[in-house]
Amino acid sequence: MSDKNRLNGGLIERNRPMSFTFDGKRYSGYAGDTLASALLANGVRLMGRSFKYHRPRGPLTAGSEEPNAIVELRGGARKEPNTRATTAELFDGLSANSQNRFPSLKWDAMAINDRLSTFFAAGFYYKTFMWPAAFWEKLYEPMIRRAAGLGTLSHEPDPDCYDKGFLHCDVLIIGAGPAGLAAALTAGESGARVILADEDFLLGGRLNAETGLLADEDGVAWAAQAVARLRSMPNVRVMPRSTVIGAFDHGVYGMVERVSDHVAEPAAGKPRQILWRIYSKRAILSAGATERPIVFENNDRPGIMLASAMRSYANRWAATPGKAVAVFTNNDDGHRTAADLHAKGVKVTVIDTRPDAGVSPDYEILSGAQVIDTKGRLGLKSVDVQLSSGGTRTLFVDGLGVSGGWNPNVHMTCHQRGRPQWEETLCAFVPGGTMPTGLIPAGAAIGAFSTHAALNSGQDTAATALGDLGLTVTRPDLPSAEDAPVRVASFWHVKGAKRAWVDQQNDVTAKDVKLAHQENFTSVEHLKRYTTLGMATDQGKTSNIAGLAIMAEVTGKQIPEVGTTMFRPPYTPTAIGVLAGRSRDKDFRPVRKTPSHYWAEEQGAVFVEVGMWLRAQWFPKPGETHWRESVDREVLQTRKSVGVCDCTTLGKIDVQGADAAEFLNKIYANGFAKLAVGKTRYGLMLREDGIAMDDGTAGRLAEDHFVVTTTTANAVPVFRHMEFIRQCLYPDMDVQLISTTEAWAQYAVAGPNSRKLLQKIVDPEFDISNEGFPFMACGEITVCGGLRARLFRISFSGELAFEIAVPTRYGDALMRRLMKEGKEFDVTPYGTEALSVMRIEKGHAAGNELNGTTSAFNLGMGRMVSKKKDSIGSTLSERPGLNEEDALKLVGFKPVNAEHKVPAGAHLMTKGTPVDAAHDQGYITSACYSPNLGCHIGIGYLKSGDTRLGEVVRLVSPLTGVDHDVEVVSAHFVDPEGERLRA
Amino acid sequence: MLIDHPILGPRDAAEFVYKGDAMLIHRPDWQAEDAVAQFTDYGYLRDNPAGLHRELWFHEQGDRSWLVVTRDTTTHEITKVELARDVARAEGRSR
Repeated sequence: MSDKNRLNGGLIERNRPMSFTFDGKRYSGYAGDTLASALLANGVRLMGRSFKYHRPRGPLTAGSEEPNAIVELRGGARKEPNTRATTAELFDGLSANSQNRFPSLKWDAMAINDRLSTFFAAGFYYKTFMWPAAFWEKLYEPMIRRAAGLGTLSHEPDPDCYDKGFLHCDVLIIGAGPAGLAAALTAGESGARVILADEDFLLGGRLNAETGLLADEDGVAWAAQAVARLRSMPNVRVMPRSTVIGAFDHGVYGMVERVSDHVAEPAAGKPRQILWRIYSKRAILSAGATERPIVFENNDRPGIMLASAMRSYANRWAATPGKAVAVFTNNDDGHRTAADLHAKGVKVTVIDTRPDAGVSPDYEILSGAQVIDTKGRLGLKSVDVQLSSGGTRTLFVDGLGVSGGWNPNVHMTCHQRGRPQWEETLCAFVPGGTMPTGLIPAGAAIGAFSTHAALNSGQDTAATALGDLGLTVTRPDLPSAEDAPVRVASFWHVKGAKRAWVDQQNDVTAKDVKLAHQENFTSVEHLKRYTTLGMATDQGKTSNIAGLAIMAEVTGKQIPEVGTTMFRPPYTPTAIGVLAGRSRDKDFRPVRKTPSHYWAEEQGAVFVEVGMWLRAQWFPKPGETHWRESVDREVLQTRKSVGVCDCTTLGKIDVQGADAAEFLNKIYANGFAKLAVGKTRYGLMLREDGIAMDDGTAGRLAEDHFVVTTTTANAVPVFRHMEFIRQCLYPDMDVQLISTTEAWAQYAVAGPNSRKLLQKIVDPEFDISNEGFPFMACGEITVCGGLRARLFRISFSGELAFEIAVPTRYGDALMRRLMKEGKEFDVTPYGTEALSVMRIEKGHAAGNELNGTTSAFNLGMGRMVSKKKDSIGSTLSERPGLNEEDALKLVGFKPVNAEHKVPAGAHLMTKGTPVDAAHDQGYITSACYSPNLGCHIGIGYLKSGDTRLGEVVRLVSPLTGVDHDVEVVSAHFVDPEGERLRA
Repeated sequence: MLIDHPILGPRDAAEFVYKGDAMLIHRPDWQAEDAVAQFTDYGYLRDNPAGLHRELWFHEQGDRSWLVVTRDTTTHEITKVELARDVARAEGRSR
């Protein structure tokens, strides 16, 4: 059976045989084969089962437009479902499997659907599975998903890597057929930077699939020479196996290069595929054309294929579906298939719908005839022909080539605003409307179907593009070529046929299209969605026009009146993996580490992601089994003696200039103009709508120099906001901003012994006593014998505390020094959990409280919003809606029963009222266990909370079963008078 | 999309962050009698033109310039790119 349908000639390398398997059975092919051509040569026509009816199917095409021959390639983690056998390059050891069949491709149990097809017509699901509603999710959908469908996933991580790249060029040429090669030669010789991309692994387009296209030379040889010449030009980049998948704004194109799909595994260090983003000044769409079938009864049997595909298989791959074939055509092109297969020794009969199809000395031509049915369960056995005489005849053949004319590949012209136009002489849509910026279609893609026309169209289009770019055009000589006129008769489907397949991938029949019309789905967009015509992975490349033609017929309209659906990227199915590129697993996004990260790692710290940052969450000590043990210890040790926390991740923005103070007055709701040099102030930043945006501190290091801090999460948006205010609102303020977040490593040193610890490292000429450096002081100092540093006496923990900053590269050393010098005080590092516990104990607001819905008034900082000056958000913060009598106010909560928790997110109800949204009184924003109070505590927003201290309210969370009483208390649980931080 | 930065030349739109209508440059006077009404309009009301639109883009992955980009919302054609600071000055935001 092996090679039983292999012909002579072809572009396969017969000295490089390749062994492969399909459904476990071993076959042999050659380098240069596709999986489909090798299987055909081995006598295998059945390659898949259809989506809905599980009909046996073989390849319809020889290219990327394939609807039927959809297979799973490879195995294990590399298993790839839904791959077109017609484009899969054969390699030694390839294993492929058919899909959507059980138990086997030949004996598929689900083929019962085909017998029941009456019930499965268009709209079947919508009509049948309506009731009862609950059945849909549990029964109908899983059932349908099992029955219908494509391949299965490996459920393992993809072992290959994918990459992204950027390319720039003057002219991008999409498609390397005659037009593309002529365009590339012209642009290349003229000195333009050219990228020539083609989805095929062999460049040349139809030159590799036809005979006699060029007058004086062999088309294959000319294409190979042209490609060799292009490769030798330094200004031309030739990219085979590269599919341009989309045309985007301003000359940007997406392209997938399949670097390693044609080998068993990518070579070491090579990606499997690359997603290229191409920036082009001009693009030439020389994407060629796709042949379309004629629709007739049982037109989907394995062995029935496009006539052009049949001769591609014969000429390029030396393969045929059988030794006797027929061709069914409505145009001259079908006769090329007949001539080429006859020349290869295959017996051919032509069925031509045109009454004047003529005669041939080589094969029989049945003029004015139509195919009315076919037979053969797993592969074509015979074709029933209605003769012009009225009689019928049965042809016993293994293959039937069908040619209904050619459709220009207009897809890319529609990716923005292009709308294809009907061209009556070609019976086809050609590019129309507004092209994507810089894109010019050429060759068969505009209906220049003869080789002569395509070559010249390619060259002329390149000349136009080069002229636009101001380059001098050099026109290389083009070969003389055939210039046959297009002679096509409008003929779309054989009348009366019912089970005639329009869209073979989604199993849409001519009858379905008529049914859609009957049920009033006459708009082309409705037709598409109701019948799923053109909605499969092939996007209807071989089916859309026939569907439109049948719709036109039943509505009594012309095809252009029916309209056409649009094409969207990607041109062909694209792996999600290549879109993700290297952004997966730990590389999903960048990781930012603080300068003392590795020190923290040495201490066994547990880290938490805060934006892109990794921050130490707590530092477990030997013997500690629960995170709470570590956190409680860190809190108690800090409040008792001293703790150090890495706060490098806070945003730091340097503000300098004569108007720096005035600028801060604009960005902060509270006043900054009078802040003395050497002092720090808490600042509340509002959005223009009066809602709190961010908070932090600003220290004044000099008259014209402030250091602003932001929260970790808002560092980037706040900087953007400040630049907006600086550039767009106050363009003449003398002020400059720069982000110094990554320039300074900063540590909070907190606790009653923090000053003593710092005095050991701060150089002695700097007085940091309470008198010399009081609460809220700041200054530039030196530490450890001359290292420049910044010191701020600010406190988030409520303890006597400092923040000390040193240049980033000294962060690690400073942390180690602080730990060493702090030994005598039993210093502890503390993480973000302990930081959070201490700020909740102190009632400080953080991200949970500044949650994008709360105002200064809610935060209890209403009076901070200065009325004496203009600042962002100050006017709208006066809106009545933000200042209602019973507004939410930030207060603290303690459980009445000390065993109870105070979970964040739980809602507050007045005792005795129903638990519903109408009676809602507020919610808990932050909660923790307080080791100082010995119970859980929380802070949150309660209506008129500031006037309800001492009231017992009901805390509920119906979702998590919380329902108990909490007491409303001041949010300042620890040291409400603030004595510690001023000590 | 490509944005032809007045200082840096054509840059990919992915380097920018979009803000919105360039009318945001015209922040109302806080001392106006109807300041709250003016700020409410400023904060919440936008035209939604099908056609030319002047809008603010921030070159966050670049030189941190705020730009005023004139873009056709129906075609994405960009006809003008200016430094927002120059626009603000020209439109009376100077002191």
